[in-house]
Amino acid sequence: MAEASAITDEMRAAIGKEWEPVTVEVDKATVRMFARAVGYTDLIYYDEEYAKSKGYRSLPCPIGFVGHPIHQPGRSRLAHVMPFQTPYKRVLNGGTDFEYYEPICAGDVLTATTKVVDMVERTGGVGPMLFITSDTIYKNQQGRAVAKFRSTLIQY
Amino acid sequence: MSQVYFEDVQEGQEIPVLTENCTSQRLVMWAAGSGDFYQIHYDKDFAQGTGLPDRITHGALKHALLGRLLHEWVGDGGRVKKVACQYRGMDIVNEDVACHGIVKRKYQEAGENLVELDIWTETPQGQKTTPGTGIVALPSRGG
Repeated sequence: MAEASAITDEMRAAIGKEWEPVTVEVDKATVRMFARAVGYTDLIYYDEEYAKSKGYRSLPCPIGFVGHPIHQPGRSRLAHVMPFQTPYKRVLNGGTDFEYYEPICAGDVLTATTKVVDMVERTGGVGPMLFITSDTIYKNQQGRAVAKFRSTLIQY
Repeated sequence: MSQVYFEDVQEGQEIPVLTENCTSQRLVMWAAGSGDFYQIHYDKDFAQGTGLPDRITHGALKHALLGRLLHEWVGDGGRVKKVACQYRGMDIVNEDVACHGIVKRKYQEAGENLVELDIWTETPQGQKTTPGTGIVALPSRGG
């Protein structure tokens, strides 16, 4: 290898370790706001009675939405994403993979647990890059896994 | 909206294209809806200061649009189970993002009628910036 690896022992040790769980609330207003942003016209995302007539407990989450983490002032929403420092300053979103095991609806309170599953170094047009893949499992208030989110971040 | 049934789907079939113009208004709505307030998506000076030609469409918005593409195709009787994509290229503010899907495989698993699709977004220049995979469950005509 031409260059030394940017993956430190600390980073390697983080692979597979779950971080502190994050509580995520799903409510009607944020489901509507998300659905509007994506341009949905299906009333299941806006009208609770209509959603119920289609078999949902309340407004369901559109694909890509699982509620918002409870905001803590002074803390970045990405603060829980990387429990270690890397030598890179810039970040790109490399990919998103959402799998839904059952509908998530307004009123649900989810517990999100994340771990890094892979770290790969590659050299691209912008120089050395680090691909960090992490998995987040969302469990609902009954303790059932309802969704899995796989994220790939590219640092360079 | 007419319902698509498992029996009617064929491998290689293209589903109706969904095109959305990603205006600055849409990107601001997405910032609020998703909680991603990174300024490269709505502040032109900031975006250009980082070397970008202009504001760029959020990758996750393109993912969500691919989710909407599948949701609108499967109708009330179907369900979108998985949407995965990679961000390979940029889409610039005020450009059309065209979402496409082609049926790759249909199969049955655990009592569900599943369809796997190749999905992607395309720029007005025909560049595939966001390739991926989707899986949906469809109802059967047999009930």
